[in-house]
Amino acid sequence: MVAPSKPITQDLTERFPGAVSKDTRPGYEGYIVSANKLTEVATAIRDEYGYEYLASVTGVDYIADGKLEVVYHASKMSGGASLNFKVQAPRDGEPEIPSLVGVWQGADFQEREVYDLYGLRFSGHPDLRRILMWEEFEGWPMRKDWKEVYYEQDAKPFKTRWPEGSVYRIEEKNRFNKNVRYPKGFDPRSFKSDGDEKLYALMRGEHLPEHQRINTDEIIVNMGPQHPSTHGVFRVVVKLDGESVVDLKPVMGYLHRNHEKIGERNTWLMNMPYTDRLDYLSGMGNNHGYALAVEKLIGSKVPERAEYLRVLMVELNRIANHLWAIGFLINDLGAFQTPMLYLAKQRELILDIFEATAGSRMMCNYMRFGGVVRDLPSRIRDEDTLDFITDLVAERLPAALDEIETLLTFNEIIRTRSIGVGVLPAKQAINGSAAGPLLRASGVPYDLRRADPYSIYDRLDFKVCTRPNGDVYDRYLVRIDEMRESIKILKQVLRDMPASGAIMDGESKYTHKVPNGESYGRVENPKGELGYYVVSNGAPNPYRYHVRAPSFINLTMLGDLCKGHKVADIVVILGSIDIVLGEVDR
Amino acid sequence: MSDELNHPDFPVPDELQGAVTVTTLDRIYNWSRRSSVMPMVFGLACCAIEMICAAASRFDISRFGMEVFRATPRQSDLMIVSGTVTKKMVPQIVRLYNQMPEPKYVIAMGACASGGGPFKEGYNVVSGIDKYLPVDVYVPGCPPTPQALLYGLIKLQEKIDKQSISQVPWYQPGGNEAVPIPVLGPDIMDPRQFEMIRRETAVEA
Repeated sequence: MVAPSKPITQDLTERFPGAVSKDTRPGYEGYIVSANKLTEVATAIRDEYGYEYLASVTGVDYIADGKLEVVYHASKMSGGASLNFKVQAPRDGEPEIPSLVGVWQGADFQEREVYDLYGLRFSGHPDLRRILMWEEFEGWPMRKDWKEVYYEQDAKPFKTRWPEGSVYRIEEKNRFNKNVRYPKGFDPRSFKSDGDEKLYALMRGEHLPEHQRINTDEIIVNMGPQHPSTHGVFRVVVKLDGESVVDLKPVMGYLHRNHEKIGERNTWLMNMPYTDRLDYLSGMGNNHGYALAVEKLIGSKVPERAEYLRVLMVELNRIANHLWAIGFLINDLGAFQTPMLYLAKQRELILDIFEATAGSRMMCNYMRFGGVVRDLPSRIRDEDTLDFITDLVAERLPAALDEIETLLTFNEIIRTRSIGVGVLPAKQAINGSAAGPLLRASGVPYDLRRADPYSIYDRLDFKVCTRPNGDVYDRYLVRIDEMRESIKILKQVLRDMPASGAIMDGESKYTHKVPNGESYGRVENPKGELGYYVVSNGAPNPYRYHVRAPSFINLTMLGDLCKGHKVADIVVILGSIDIVLGEVDR
Repeated sequence: MSDELNHPDFPVPDELQGAVTVTTLDRIYNWSRRSSVMPMVFGLACCAIEMICAAASRFDISRFGMEVFRATPRQSDLMIVSGTVTKKMVPQIVRLYNQMPEPKYVIAMGACASGGGPFKEGYNVVSGIDKYLPVDVYVPGCPPTPQALLYGLIKLQEKIDKQSISQVPWYQPGGNEAVPIPVLGPDIMDPRQFEMIRRETAVEA
């Protein structure tokens, strides 16, 4: 960690007169930086002001002003609110701003995403290709004037949903009976796709001068998108020398479900169930982050009992997620199925609580702006609810964790396969915007529940778990530690939770009046910092809805982690990062 | 030997009960196939997690003879399309389907695989896998609970039971045609629609 040589109290606008100005739009905060000074300002923000962690990069299309805006959020490792600064570029022509990959490695994938969805180029980016869509895809889909094939109206609810009392399928209105559209004059017979030739050429080093290219027996191998160990539809292109990994590039977008585009058509509340489907193993945490982001804008006050219920659910969810993550990590290590079944057994009991409370095992859709939607049921599986939860938290889960530790922690094979594999140094973890257990296993004590406390976490006693070595084994241990801390939190929640009381701030509403402005709500999800950047223009639906997905950004370092290891270690390192494709691709 | 194989029209003498079964070719052919359906390890999205839960200890898919998930399409009989089918992924799904040997079945698990689900309007989402592959059983839900998936599998077994060896398409001449693999162009292109695409785009020009 680079400590600032002397603490700078000077405002950014004074430090860079003329290049930086305050964002004065109502409801907005932060700074607007002029594009030609961006790199310089960003370096100062990192080194002089101490914001060494770039949390989020995203674009917004202000079509009325004719501008594309890129929004950066930077954080201090010592905690506190994040600093937000923006760069604007004209919409027309070929907009371009400098890339910040040289300042923060974590900007890499996020800038590619902005390029992919907005068509905004980043000069100096080492590998500016589309990341979620394929290269030949027509158009920049997140721009406000780009309409989907099934476009009906700018905002939901659509008036066509029940025209004259009858329903129709929108496919029938499309000539191809499919969700497709082609440019005018396009002839499919003469179309020639270059496939991933661009990517393979990069892997072969064709951009390097002749003398730097090494011609050996290196081969390029694709792993995925259909592969049993990639945790879904994730693909990596690996350059191999024998069995050693020379280079590795992740390819994603195979589950790109257009959350953000759909989210800008939905009303504010309609996005809540969609957030469940981001990181589908920790739906409660996703709900929480989105609720926080919008509550900041609305200014609602969450009742005490609702806060406790939220934390109860989120921490249970953290345990469920880590059980699953460890189960699959062990699966990837070669212990096929059996350890996973031990852990899935405990997870089922947590899902029982979710099902009884929220009505669904995974897609809970439990939180609302200003509270939660349902109180705890009186009974779960023929037991009193609190007895069931207390028994689970105080007896079953600790016993299960002890069992896992007995079986796995000192297991010879696991230690040999994971110690010293995929080492992520603390400095790179921060610079590369790693989050969650990946960051903490590298010895960085950064946990948003402590660094920027939200909800009732400032009242709870728990410690931020870190491990010093940053390898696969430490990530496994951090997850075990975190589960123990979650159990500690749950015990306090069960002790202190008010026995009754309101669970919503005011009445439960379908439509919300959200004042103009921007807001960035973030929570410490099991996978890391989950942030929601939302912009409201006073309409019933968000103007911009962006998800800062920890799984996605954690993958930035995957190539560096895998280099030098064997092919079999790729799946282990990937398993230890713990990605969920719903969140990687959104 | 199981009694379910006995054909009602051919009674087995009392002294041979339990030792001999008189059955039809169709019945034993279907019985053996339905009791050893091997699904492919093929998870797309959220539904895959529930599919894994269905295979895990509480729900235990092996009660139906389906616990042998195969990691390669060449050894599997059943493709459970468990999650949102995106345009970027659909060429691979079709390719996997083509690699499966007959007899093969497809279950569309969940709202997305059945018809696009909540993401139907998305620009990268295929509104249902049935736009490209023939689907045998649709399992509704978002995601379907493991119980729902098991019910879908039972329905598939019922479907297998009704097939006849003399009429199944994979023994008919010319009955095993591969599904053309879609191409990623400006948008996903189904080779079966090339002519139509050309005509439609030309008309507008």
